[in-house]
Amino acid sequence: MFLSNLIPIVIVAVIAGVLIRAGREPLWAEAYRRLFKDRQVMVAIVIMMLFVSVAVLDSIGWSKSKSETPQTIIDRVFKMEPERTYSAPMATETMGEPHLHKLKHKHIFGTDGVGNDVFYLTLKGCRTALIIGFLTQLISMPLALLFGMLAGYFGKFVDDFVQYVYTVLDSIPSVLLLIAILMAMEMRGQERGLVQICIALGVTSWVGLCRLVRGETLKHRDRDYVRAARALGVSHGRIMFRHILPNLLPILIITATLGVSGNIIAETILTYLQIGVPPGIGSWGNMIDAARMELARQPAVWWNFTAASSAVLILVLCFNIFGDALRDAVDPRLRS
Amino acid sequence: MADVLLQLEDLKTYFTVDGGPARAVDGVSFSVERGKTLAIVGESGCGKSMTGLSILQLVPEPAGYIDGGKVLFEGKDLLDFTWEQMREIRGKDIAMIFQEPMTSLNPTRVIGWQLVEAMEVHGTAHGAEARKRAMDSLARVGLTGPDIVMRQYPHELSGGMRQRVMIAMALSNRPKLLIADEPTTALDVTVQAQILALIRELQQETGMSVLLITHDLGIVAEVSDSVAVMYAGQVVESASTLDLFKSPMHPYTQGLFASIPSRSRRGQDLLTLEGIVPPATAWPEGCRFEPRCRHAWGTCKAVAPKASPKDADRPVRCHLYDPDIKDRPATSAASTAEVLP
Repeated sequence: MFLSNLIPIVIVAVIAGVLIRAGREPLWAEAYRRLFKDRQVMVAIVIMMLFVSVAVLDSIGWSKSKSETPQTIIDRVFKMEPERTYSAPMATETMGEPHLHKLKHKHIFGTDGVGNDVFYLTLKGCRTALIIGFLTQLISMPLALLFGMLAGYFGKFVDDFVQYVYTVLDSIPSVLLLIAILMAMEMRGQERGLVQICIALGVTSWVGLCRLVRGETLKHRDRDYVRAARALGVSHGRIMFRHILPNLLPILIITATLGVSGNIIAETILTYLQIGVPPGIGSWGNMIDAARMELARQPAVWWNFTAASSAVLILVLCFNIFGDALRDAVDPRLRS
Repeated sequence: MADVLLQLEDLKTYFTVDGGPARAVDGVSFSVERGKTLAIVGESGCGKSMTGLSILQLVPEPAGYIDGGKVLFEGKDLLDFTWEQMREIRGKDIAMIFQEPMTSLNPTRVIGWQLVEAMEVHGTAHGAEARKRAMDSLARVGLTGPDIVMRQYPHELSGGMRQRVMIAMALSNRPKLLIADEPTTALDVTVQAQILALIRELQQETGMSVLLITHDLGIVAEVSDSVAVMYAGQVVESASTLDLFKSPMHPYTQGLFASIPSRSRRGQDLLTLEGIVPPATAWPEGCRFEPRCRHAWGTCKAVAPKASPKDADRPVRCHLYDPDIKDRPATSAASTAEVLP
């Protein structure tokens, strides 16, 4: 219990530490200055931080007794007794019933079919979205890096092999491949959960980044500084990971940031297709999936659909704004 | 026989290009004595840089490959070495500095890190000791405030400073041979003189040999003990610096000297070598210099001149000096000195 609460705190601390440490490097210090100058980017960063803090608060929880399932901070603050059924945002009565009932609480985003507060469900989706966004990236990036750098640096048959692998992988329709991987894992007795989805998304989404890394490595391989390092007797591994890799870092970080938003969208789509996050776990994909029939009701139940899609939209938009700004801030070619 | 550190024998480095192999280095032989400086002179595209890279087996892959010959370093043929054995040699026994100090340092790493790495990869020094030695060597190459330079990034240094850092890095493991590939070409004249003086000083201090690759005869006169003149992938003439400057023998060398502006020839037109070096895929069948040579006759077009025997006093690759060539026209024979004013 104690340990599982420590994990999110440690992760946040490590990320903060890395960001502060990076600020001391001239390249990143300059990038920070440029980022913070832009008001739009600042707004994006603040909103991203809000989402992240919701996710962190939703990861810290405890239970009063052993038999009880642990309640996170978000559960304790925002969870409300379920109403009987639908109610519109800020409404005082339920809707769609022959006899309308008074609501026990005020629901700013209304309630869904079983009377759950939509705002609370939306908050619960944050953690899922961010875990899938980042963990997937964490799985796909090392793959892309390793294969991309090997292919770019050694060329010849290594390059042929890696290119062949990712071209084939890229030729399989991605949704089918994802379904296949998830099914395969399920058949091996692993229940579908967030980690399984991240693995499936991770091993299918490294191709784009791998292409980029391969191309960049190819470019750097024949640079003078690499030639000079070779003339000094530096080994292949050291040249790749201690000389070339730092030069790829800016472009990697930017691509990874933009990739997170792609993963978040992928989660919603997969869940909507019923092959993503299982129904028990709160996610925006699940909310959208549950809401699709309700749009056809008379009068339309639009709020739970809107809340989930807006949450996706806002978070992804912030990531994209941030990623683009990061690219501009780091790319030396755009510097005056 | 003098104490030979490095000896090249008939080294051939080819490139695979469309239209057959480009014979960038085609049978080069020379030797570098211990503690001495050999300069390789020639114009762009004559294969002098590739010769330097071939010694360390750093010819750009996959197009380039060493086709044959021997690179004898302290009596052992480096071409028989594995990649890992070569890695031990590079930077430790044979170091190399390049023409472009602006781009030869890793832009994302501080100078100190790069200097320390040069020692750590060969295990000559570690940690604090390596840092101390790095600072010493920065001070030795004439950089003021070595502790500040250690923490600086390459872009914070000027070209001359960077070349000094490169030299410090190359010399940090006390190599026996320094290959300097146009070390001063990218620098301005005052800095050039400083860098050359520095290399010479360090050479006297450490007793290393220097293989200086350059196209600048002025630099040759200043620092080298002997010279190998390269043309079209071959050494056409080699001699001690003194002999070469006193009496250049090969028509190409003569042409090079004649095209240097001189105070004693004030008012006269500068002589130029007509034409350019032919591409490496299409060297002429006979003498490679024949299309541009003032003395060429029929035989030159048909027969390639042989390299002089190893023990020759002044090896020259030219029919003019080959005793086996009998049909030499009287006008151009022997009296080659006439092209010189």
